Amino acid sequence: MFEWIKFLFVAFFLSGGLLMACSAVYGVYRFHFVLNRMHAAALIDTLAIVLVILALLLCTGFSFLSLKLIFIVIFLWFASPVSSHLISRLEVTMEPEKVKKECEVEER
Amino acid sequence: MSKKNDNYESTFWYRLKYWVNGEEETVLEEESERHEAHLKRVAIEDRVYRAFSEIPDDGEEQEAHYRALKKELYELSEKYKTWPEKQGVKIFDRFYRIFAVILCIGIIGILLVTVSYLPQFGSANNPNNNEVSKRYIEKGLEETGATNIVTGMILDYRAFDTLGESHVLFISACSVLILIRVDKKRMEDMTQEELDEIRGEELYEKNQDIILQKVAFFLVPIIMLFGIYIILNGHLSPGGGFPGGAIIGASFILYLNAFGYEKTRKFFTYKTFSVISIGSLLCYALAKGYSFYMGANHLDSGIPLGTPGAIFSGGLILLLNICVGLVVACTMYAFYSLFRRGGM
Repeated sequence: MFEWIKFLFVAFFLSGGLLMACSAVYGVYRFHFVLNRMHAAALIDTLAIVLVILALLLCTGFSFLSLKLIFIVIFLWFASPVSSHLISRLEVTMEPEKVKKECEVEER
Repeated sequence: MSKKNDNYESTFWYRLKYWVNGEEETVLEEESERHEAHLKRVAIEDRVYRAFSEIPDDGEEQEAHYRALKKELYELSEKYKTWPEKQGVKIFDRFYRIFAVILCIGIIGILLVTVSYLPQFGSANNPNNNEVSKRYIEKGLEETGATNIVTGMILDYRAFDTLGESHVLFISACSVLILIRVDKKRMEDMTQEELDEIRGEELYEKNQDIILQKVAFFLVPIIMLFGIYIILNGHLSPGGGFPGGAIIGASFILYLNAFGYEKTRKFFTYKTFSVISIGSLLCYALAKGYSFYMGANHLDSGIPLGTPGAIFSGGLILLLNICVGLVVACTMYAFYSLFRRGGM
């Protein structure tokens, strides 16, 4: 019984992560503006990865390996937003007109 | 440094580059011909204008004259306008296709001939089924003391190959250094704009993005530690000098991007680069260079192998991993900084 519950949880998280990643990849190709595409791509390294790794954690049980998996999530949550931030900053400085056309910009 | 050719656009190599990039060569000729046609048109228009001004009265003759001139102008412009677009591109396109097909057929033929010389698929006598790999798998742990067979292979049985590989890295870094390093002598040759560009970049680096700086402050030591872990654990788990060195190099690059050249120069200059890479290469060569004189035969290092799985085991492998890792890290960083600005 316990095995079955565990399997259900693992399957739920894993398929959720895969679905998230698939929709993100679809979004990367579907959108045309850089910031929209970046938003779609950032879903992979935040939500999709945490769901998949949660499933793996449940699957393997807690050990030294699961600590490493948690470190992967922490690292990606640190690094991915910063890279997105840098890309968006580059886009805003390079083509401010296009950004203004696509979304509301708060003047400072 | 080669001499700069002012007339570079009309040289053979420029046109070859143009052609290789897929931008048709006819574009250039077309443009020059258009220019010529434009000049002719201007000359005729000038004549038309003069004809107007020289014959003030006598309206009919003037008009006929003007019409003839205009017709001439129109025909000329049509001829020059349409020729390169219709005929020239067509001829070029046909030749291009023919040569592309010939090239493809030639390459396919060469590859097929090569394939026919390969050993038969699945045959027991193939080189990947012979005793070497069997020996590596069965006796690797016993003879090298490394639980990771791959590291045992590349740093013990085939240590001489890896010596060559790390030298290749060093030599490529040196050649990049020779080609694109910006030193004092080259600074003198530079124009004021290029100098300003370098100076502007240094100014910009000081107020680099604060989010990046804060995150790099936390992440750089962690990434570096992870790289060191991979290098030191190379003979126990997947990893080793090459990936670990690449990770350490990446952490240097992140530090450089966040804090700028001025801060990296405090711990990494040309001197550290040369000292570290030459020192580790010399260390490696002293440990394994004898293979060159022994016909690539193996000699015992005399260091006890230790218990497999412990960090101090596997004889020389740990030391060689550290050497390779240092060379790779230095080369990564040197490549990045040289390609970005031509200096460290």
